[in-house]
Amino acid sequence: MRIMAQMAMVMNLDKCIGCHTCSVTCKQAWTNRKGTEYVWFNNVETRPGQGYPRGYEDQDKWQGGWALSRNGRLKLKAGGKLKKLASIFSNPKLPGIEDYYEPWSYEYDNLLSAPEQKHIPTAPPKSLLTGERMDIKWSGNWDDDLGGTYAKADLDPMLKSIGDKVKLEFEETFMFYLPRICEHCLNPSCVASCPSGAIYKREEDGIVLVDQDSCRGWRMCISGCPYKKIYFNHRTGKAEKCTFCYPRIENGEPTVCAETCVGRLRYIGLVFYDADRVTEAASVPDEKDLFAAQKNLILDPHDPDVMNAAEQAGIPHDWIMAAQRSPVYKLIKDYDLALPLHPEYRTMPMVWYIPPLSPVVDVVKDTGYDAENAVNLFAAIDELRIPIEYLANLFTAGDTDIVADVLRRMAAMRAFMRDINMGIEPDERIPHSVGMDPEEMEDMYRLLAIAKYDERYVIPAGHSEQAHSLEGIGSDCPLNAEGGPGMNEMPDIASRGFAGTSGMSDPLAERSAEDEGGRSHLRGRLNLLNWDGKGRPTGLFPSADGQTGA
Amino acid sequence: MNSPTVLETFLWVIIPYMALAVFVLGHVWRFRRDRFGWTTRSSQIYESKLLRIGSPLFHYGIIFVFLGHVIGLGIPKTWTSAVGITDHMYHFMAITVGLGAAAATVGGLVLLIYRRRTNNRVFGATTRLDKLMYLMLAVVIFAGVYSTIFDSALGGYDYREGVSVWFRQFWMFQPDVSLMAQAPLGFKVHVMSAILIFALWPFTRLVHVFAAPLGYLTRPYIIYRSKDWQRQPQRRGWETIDY
Ligand code: HEM
Ligand code: SF4
Ligand code: SF4
Ligand code: SF4
Repeated sequence: MRIMAQMAMVMNLDKCIGCHTCSVTCKQAWTNRKGTEYVWFNNVETRPGQGYPRGYEDQDKWQGGWALSRNGRLKLKAGGKLKKLASIFSNPKLPGIEDYYEPWSYEYDNLLSAPEQKHIPTAPPKSLLTGERMDIKWSGNWDDDLGGTYAKADLDPMLKSIGDKVKLEFEETFMFYLPRICEHCLNPSCVASCPSGAIYKREEDGIVLVDQDSCRGWRMCISGCPYKKIYFNHRTGKAEKCTFCYPRIENGEPTVCAETCVGRLRYIGLVFYDADRVTEAASVPDEKDLFAAQKNLILDPHDPDVMNAAEQAGIPHDWIMAAQRSPVYKLIKDYDLALPLHPEYRTMPMVWYIPPLSPVVDVVKDTGYDAENAVNLFAAIDELRIPIEYLANLFTAGDTDIVADVLRRMAAMRAFMRDINMGIEPDERIPHSVGMDPEEMEDMYRLLAIAKYDERYVIPAGHSEQAHSLEGIGSDCPLNAEGGPGMNEMPDIASRGFAGTSGMSDPLAERSAEDEGGRSHLRGRLNLLNWDGKGRPTGLFPSADGQTGA
Repeated sequence: MNSPTVLETFLWVIIPYMALAVFVLGHVWRFRRDRFGWTTRSSQIYESKLLRIGSPLFHYGIIFVFLGHVIGLGIPKTWTSAVGITDHMYHFMAITVGLGAAAATVGGLVLLIYRRRTNNRVFGATTRLDKLMYLMLAVVIFAGVYSTIFDSALGGYDYREGVSVWFRQFWMFQPDVSLMAQAPLGFKVHVMSAILIFALWPFTRLVHVFAAPLGYLTRPYIIYRSKDWQRQPQRRGWETIDY
């Protein structure tokens, strides 16, 4: 067993109002630069719809993610390493800029510099790639709110298996928003596709990052990611992706997209998983078993064995505590509400979704029935086959039972809590009908409806980045003193403003760069995090002569 | 051996060694100072259709051309005859395989340049250095094709007794300038433009050649790295990659 911690997210789709605030704030923070004009680390797409980039879910076309080879082994869907290298001179499966959209601006200057004239001056659009005037024909959210979808409804790859019968029902009843960021997968195919080995998964928190100094612009990761969440910066010639806002996460702050979410629908927390079992879980033959396999990878942080193993693996104690309070863990494992997006890509995505009940509620409401009555809602869930099939295509590789179960639990909560809020004697049969206790259901309601900031985001600050400089570990290399020969190897993170301690000065971290003498006052101190609780280590108490014991 | 003129010495001794120095030091400098800029600067996202044909054509062509040069320049004539390869066989191979590779390279290059010039998005992302690089590449390649056909195949000049010998001497730091001075003009242009492009190499996108990701074949698919560089795992097969 090799326990690893993963920073994961859950989004409650019922609450997303499609305002795109998350996209805009993320863009302002990260991709407001030349070369990334068309890049949205966070995008919000209306479903049904084609998504961004257009039709990215059609893996017959894009060949992203993993597939099983004939002998049942996991391999990249686009082909093995030799094939990748042989086709490196021009990537056969790279989306073009037109699949995202050609970025543009407007000639605002026209408005400012226009002389007094009879006609109102205009600001025609011009391409940010060529500088020429252009007609805007498509963009990242061209089919927002179903606008224009039905001209091209067949292009939603998830509607393929459902077919024509869907359109009528959808047009009247069914629409929701799907905010998407990088999934920070447990089995990331982007990492596996990178010929340079420039993309890596961080050991501490599972965040997947591109090493900008190692990326050589082979642009294979872009095809490799089935979610198309790696982008090509066409100015620098390097791949870029959502960073899970790691500088914030390292400080215990939620990501920008989560922090600014208007619907407060995002949850961030840790989960523990067994890294040695990931490949096995991603290789189960039946796609419909992938969801269960993925869920089983996640370990119970209250289990003493898991806690021990986590400690053995060097996971700090406060992280274990945080994993126990993780809202993400609760929503996935305790309440069985959260589902992964497209488990069939076999990348084990770690941004999970609670499927939306609101379309069901709307249908019941529209037909004049009580939309807060459990019986009515259950009946509607059974009745609305096609929307549920659609959700299953997104979240469970087509297994409608799982989706219906989740929706039933949400419907039950709605009905049960209505009674409580109205001061009516709540009907305990409702939670029992979905296999829950009344108290459990109230807890679930609290987490979904009224959880405060620090319950939605349980993010322990990172500290292992400076652990080596703590005297108790003493692994710091004397060559790394300022100006010493080892300094060349130091990732020069601090000077780029991405330091894990930005905003707060950390005396220990700062001293690590100083010479030996500067740290001598720490010599002999004990780092309690490393104490196994047995015996009396030196340094725990001051020695008789007033110095710290050495 | 006639004693070479100052100009000849300058052309075939001083410039080549200076170019070599610039090539080596330039790459060291670039690697240390500008690893971020070390990339193919792929333009495929702007335009794919022409690139899908042109780029593989050019690259596979030039890789074969490179191998041809290794054989033609690196292996002395006496060695090939010693293993029983007659001049006739050698030239037959050189001309057939060589012409195939040359055709692919030239065709690919023409397509790539055409694409660069005509597609506005690609052209917008083309730097001055790119243009210079393409110009030099074109001169090297066309001069090479010209001299192979007109000087070597038709003109009867045996480069394996001229230019190639000079080339090997160059690496042993004893170049015989007269060998280059007596080569036909086509070869002179080809060699000199090649020398100049090597001097330009480290400052262009051509550095991507030295990042060819062969390590991909042997590394595990998923890479984990610790944000604490001290904790980088050192197990075999998990070493971090720094090209
Ligand atoms: C041996 C390994 C090599 C690899 C793996 C390689 C790979 C690549 C890749 C991926 C591109 C980007 C294509 C795109 O998407 O726009 C590229 C472009 C280019 N390569 Fe190479 N290359 C290699 C060798 C060479 C050599 C030996 C030369 C020439 C002497 C060369 C000249 C070029 C040029 C001129 C371009 C720019 C094409 C354009 O966009 O117009 N490459 N190479
Ligand atoms: S979703 Fe993110 S981690 Fe997963 S394959 Fe794509 S880029 Fe990689
Ligand atoms: S986690 Fe950060 S980088 Fe990623 S989508 Fe959200 S705001 Fe953007
Ligand atoms: S900010 Fe929140 S509510 Fe608004 S679109 Fe993004 S996820 Fe949805």
